[in-house]
Amino acid sequence: MERPLTKNIRPDGKPLFIKEYESLGGYQSVKKALKMQPKEITELVKKSNLKGRGGAGFNTGLKWSFVPMEGQFEHKYLVANGDEMEPGTFKDRLLIEGDPHQLIEGMIVTACAIQADEGYIFIRGEYTEAAEIVKKALAEAYEAGYLGKNILKSGFNFNLHLHTSVGRYICGEETALLNSLEGKRANPRAKPPFPQVSGLFGQPTIVNNIETLCNIPHIINNGAEWFNGLSLTPGDGGTKIFGASGKVKRPGLWELPFGVTLRELLEEHAGGMRDGLKFKGCLPGGASTDFLVEQHLDIRMDYASVAAAGSRLGTGTMIVLDDKTCPVGMVLNLEHFFAQESCGFCTPCREGLPWTEKILQKIENGKGEMKDLDLLQFHTKFMGPGNTFCALAPGAMAPLQSALKYFREDFELHIKEHKCSWK
Amino acid sequence: MLTAEEIHEIQEEFHLYPYKQAACIEALKVVQNHRRWVSDENVKDLAALLEMSVEEIDSVATFYNLIYRQPVGKYVILLCDSVSCYIMGFEAVLAHLEKSLGIKYGETTKDGRFTMLPVPCLGTCDHAPAMMVGKDLFRDLTPEKIDEILNKYE
Repeated sequence: MERPLTKNIRPDGKPLFIKEYESLGGYQSVKKALKMQPKEITELVKKSNLKGRGGAGFNTGLKWSFVPMEGQFEHKYLVANGDEMEPGTFKDRLLIEGDPHQLIEGMIVTACAIQADEGYIFIRGEYTEAAEIVKKALAEAYEAGYLGKNILKSGFNFNLHLHTSVGRYICGEETALLNSLEGKRANPRAKPPFPQVSGLFGQPTIVNNIETLCNIPHIINNGAEWFNGLSLTPGDGGTKIFGASGKVKRPGLWELPFGVTLRELLEEHAGGMRDGLKFKGCLPGGASTDFLVEQHLDIRMDYASVAAAGSRLGTGTMIVLDDKTCPVGMVLNLEHFFAQESCGFCTPCREGLPWTEKILQKIENGKGEMKDLDLLQFHTKFMGPGNTFCALAPGAMAPLQSALKYFREDFELHIKEHKCSWK
Repeated sequence: MLTAEEIHEIQEEFHLYPYKQAACIEALKVVQNHRRWVSDENVKDLAALLEMSVEEIDSVATFYNLIYRQPVGKYVILLCDSVSCYIMGFEAVLAHLEKSLGIKYGETTKDGRFTMLPVPCLGTCDHAPAMMVGKDLFRDLTPEKIDEILNKYE
């Protein structure tokens, strides 16, 4: 099985720098891309069926194709979204820290495709080691002539900068991230206009997730057909970095084809549950995805199959709930996070999430009433898709609505017994 | 007053952006790197330097949880309180930190060494529970490991 994204990552996680990276075939795709027409690159990526790995799963080449290629612009921007703050997600850290040049290479090729002249790698402030590694890798790439003016004497210019952020989950939302890069509060922007047309400083901009960008060199080097062939699911190209956390025997990350089953991930890769514990459910792709439970263990991990089961593939890193951890406590923890991280711009999210948290706290403390469950249900509708300015609140409602569906008797037990029986 | 060094570092950031107001967050980071936190006086000085209103700067400064608008200790402890760390028992780690340091979230030890704050998911969930002390990440935490870690910081 091929593992293009992680094949160069050392078992000890120590970063790979330029000499070694080049000796393993690094930067070949840049040489190739500089000789291609921008549209050719975009077409190739579109055909590869690479979909955004940040959670939304939109076709990457299609996203690029919305960048205007005619007309004059002061700048065009490319931004790598490394604001990895979705609870339970830890895959981009591995890619940045383990193989920083793979990311830079992917960004140069992407810049060729959309003809961007300026780029930023946006990394969350807590990733201090990743930032140091990227800083060093960027200096090496400039030194080797892969970045800056007249890259490899092609006439193409691309400057790439590191931006370290200062907190807040909402920065991961692409328009909020752009506001943050402009030095402002990270409130999301209204769409349209989409960033591809009017993004950073009002210029055409592409924001792509780190893992998405890391796939680009491999698509250029090996072609769309090869990339589609990596996956077990037609229509979802490539591999995915899947992961598991919680009380499994071997929590971790694994690069696997799309279409492996949830059971395979859980039992073979994560080693199953720790002794004495039973699998109760999992959030398959981070905190803002719906719970899947035992009946779903044989579904395939790809965008369509997980959606058909009522959840989202999200970031592909699952959080596993065991039978000895209180599901109400877990959902309370999640809603506390979302309430805290609401940017406060739109009313349903700003007011509704703390309200939800308060109700859950009341139930967890044994003071809940049956009608509170109806109120929670009400919130899941009113903060659902289409009722808020961005996707934060609908994301917050995903684990809540599915917990009310699958673990309703556990909520009722708290109310009937006036306490949390897991404590 | 901002120091000449701070002003120089902030002006260096201007080159990365089309106008200097866009360097607002970078400017706040520069001040915080030098002083650990950003005071009212610093906000006023930054407003003059960036040609922005005091309120604009403060609205940005107070939005971001890693910009400190109150004094903090020499090392800020960021304890992850998100879902994987919840499942793996960060609450026992928190209880031990509270006992060892004699402080709760948002407080600073009497000797000024540590300030403790909660932080959303640190992105190292396969090694939960996790925390940062200053720029350093610590993983697979147990109450027993905490004292050993804290002793490394003078």
